[in-house]
Amino acid sequence: MADTLDKLPKGIHGLTHDWSSDQTAFKKVPWGKAMMWIFLLSDTFIFSCFLISLMTARASTTAEWPNASEVFGLSVFGTSVPLLLIAIMTFVLISSSGTMAIAVKYGYEKNRKLCALFLLLTAIGGATFVGMQAFEWTKLIVHEGIRPWANPFGAAQFGSFFFMVTGFHGTHVSIGVIFLLIMARKTWRGDFDTGQRGFFTSMKSNYEAIEIMGLYWHFVDLVWVFIFAFFYLW
Amino acid sequence: MSDEFDYKIEAKAADATTADASAPPIDYVPPAERPEQELYHSKSWWTTYVFSQDAKYIGVQYTCVATAIAVVGLILSLMMRTQLAFPGLNVLDPSTYYQFVTMHGMIMVVFFLTALFLGGFGNLLIPLMCGARDMVFPYVNMLSFWIFVLAILLLVSSFFVPGGPTGAGWTLYPPQAITVGTPGNLWGMVMMLASLVFFVIGFTMGGLNYVITVLQARARGMTLMRLPLSVWGIFVATVLALLAFPALLVGGIMLLLDAVLGTSFFMPEMISMGEKLSTEGGSPILFQHLFWFFGHPEVYIVALPAFGIVSDLISVHARRNLFGYRMMVWAIVAIAALSFIVWAHHMYVAGMRPWFGYFFATTTLIIAVPTAIKVYNWVLTLWRGNIRLTVPMLFTLAFIITFLNGGITGLFLGNVAIDVPLSDTYFVVAHFHMVMGIAPVLVVFGAVYHWFPLVTGRMLDEGLGKIHFWITFVGTYMIYTPMYYQGFLGVPRRYFEMYESSYASTVGLNVFITVAALIVGLSQLIFFYNIINSARAGKKAKKNPWDANSLEWQTPEMPPKHGNWGNELPVVYRWPYDFGVPGIDKDYIPQNVSPSQVSGAKADKT
Repeated sequence: MADTLDKLPKGIHGLTHDWSSDQTAFKKVPWGKAMMWIFLLSDTFIFSCFLISLMTARASTTAEWPNASEVFGLSVFGTSVPLLLIAIMTFVLISSSGTMAIAVKYGYEKNRKLCALFLLLTAIGGATFVGMQAFEWTKLIVHEGIRPWANPFGAAQFGSFFFMVTGFHGTHVSIGVIFLLIMARKTWRGDFDTGQRGFFTSMKSNYEAIEIMGLYWHFVDLVWVFIFAFFYLW
Repeated sequence: MSDEFDYKIEAKAADATTADASAPPIDYVPPAERPEQELYHSKSWWTTYVFSQDAKYIGVQYTCVATAIAVVGLILSLMMRTQLAFPGLNVLDPSTYYQFVTMHGMIMVVFFLTALFLGGFGNLLIPLMCGARDMVFPYVNMLSFWIFVLAILLLVSSFFVPGGPTGAGWTLYPPQAITVGTPGNLWGMVMMLASLVFFVIGFTMGGLNYVITVLQARARGMTLMRLPLSVWGIFVATVLALLAFPALLVGGIMLLLDAVLGTSFFMPEMISMGEKLSTEGGSPILFQHLFWFFGHPEVYIVALPAFGIVSDLISVHARRNLFGYRMMVWAIVAIAALSFIVWAHHMYVAGMRPWFGYFFATTTLIIAVPTAIKVYNWVLTLWRGNIRLTVPMLFTLAFIITFLNGGITGLFLGNVAIDVPLSDTYFVVAHFHMVMGIAPVLVVFGAVYHWFPLVTGRMLDEGLGKIHFWITFVGTYMIYTPMYYQGFLGVPRRYFEMYESSYASTVGLNVFITVAALIVGLSQLIFFYNIINSARAGKKAKKNPWDANSLEWQTPEMPPKHGNWGNELPVVYRWPYDFGVPGIDKDYIPQNVSPSQVSGAKADKT
């Protein structure tokens, strides 16, 4: 709107200028996008609390902590390959971040069809991840005898934290998949081009939503990297 | 985007394309950065009065629900007091007493004060004071309120589950919280934790709204350093809450799993009722760390909005510009930042490594510095002010005194050596009630008397207000001053009766406290009568009845209509504290009065 927004200062001058200015502290940042960033900051604190609690528990528990590469090994044709399943899961989830980035790019370009396609691919990636996680849980519970309250490998807290944190993350991914599917449908239908009003909010749809979805999805993937490191590599 | 920024651009008069091209250069305000917010217009009774998406209305809804649950909390406390003073009456049995202690604490801290300050005053004041038409996401805001209602319903229904509500104390410490023998150790705990989880979810939805509205939806000319301190207090408290509630959520989820699934996050190897439990290897201290990482910022989530609101009330009713505005803002920010590194001062006797005590005692005492700055600035604002002893002003003055004595007793407890003998005595009870119970509630009363005309268009009755004030103010000192003394004697808190112990000598004092508490409790009926009666038949308020400067009083209609500002959004030219400016006839200049309209004024540029 305003011409002054095209000549904003950069760097440290930009920081002081923007925060001492009127109307907005983050210039040209849409409300929804700013909201998602603040929400993700809050969510970061949630996952940090989980992982710091895990570290504390591992340091203070009385029993031996199980050996991750033994627990998470997968037998392929008779040979045990450590971390095989989890490597595939991680690969799929990280790749879905790539397709999400492409979807955001096409969202910027208002390329309706390709944007919807890549949103769908991202959703499929996420759903695959959740599916493989369900497979892993089944394997651990049914075949290895690991329960949230006890496990044959050592400290009970190992299973407790594993199911709680991966479950919490899996919930994040599942919610993301649901929203990705909704977004893909809305994009395909052209809601963002026509400014179709939202079913619940009655507000006009906008391609900004794709970028906000992207922020969430990249965050969920980034968190997975930490969870992966803490449970499978430590 | 060019690399070079023309710093003179803001000094230049506006381009001819902007609306106020004819305005003199002295009145220059940067043009609007974004199109007008599109508002949701309700179409039915349900979306107007129940699922309202108007922040003002949601604020009133929050206030009413939070006050309703506070009345429950108040009744619980009066019953506990009756039990303590007259143990022979057997009003409560020990289990019920514990349950009431727990529910009273949790209701008052989380479901009353947090919800009231952030959900109630936040929704009412932020959009109006920032010069916005509404919160940025009205729909999410509406959901936030209804999830809060759901949390309240879960909390209240815990009174009716098998075993009753949890009796673990509001800190919910494991292992006792979920061990057989503690009242409500299963269903009571489940309901409490579920209620807290929903509260956090609902709050997060509202909190994101408050933060983004303050950061991204201010009016033209409204810089952060021109915001009223009420907004600063609520804003920073919301940021605190968004970063502190995660720890409560995580601790709550883990405790819930311990209670329901039998995991051992917090449960050590232990023997209960003569049998070894299946749990082993958990760390009860971990829960205390998680809880207090939330719990200490929570104190400031309640206190910072109170600080902010009090600053505004003092300035308006003493007709004096606020002393040290920028210092006040930075003090709020500093207190908020420090509040994240003091939590373990609640755990001096928990069996932490003693060296931690040094660190946490130091940080705790450092917090006294920005807090003292604020108290000095309030007092200096009063100095040579034209003080109007209105009801809001009386409550404000009472707040300063109460906060001071509550805060100074906090310095006692912040030191490890003094805390160890005083911990778990009535000294602690008196301290935290004074500093985070009574002090913020006095601000709530002051704020209600101040902003009641903004909501209803009518004034609250002065006479009844003054009676209410004096009974409440004097009464609370009757209640808590003896408690400090009891604490020095070593009377332990959370005991339902003193039996034949040496503390039985304080039962006479307990009778005194209880009578005072009953009087104060009943006197709140005056307040509720005043509210109901004045809302119907009170004196009509004139526009801007307190001659205040901040934007909420400058709306075209009062009470403001949906969208707040009619056709024209306000433009802000100054801070909200231009009182008693020399060179003009009125003693105040509202924020939306341009410099050319008050050309004689000798005010500093803000």
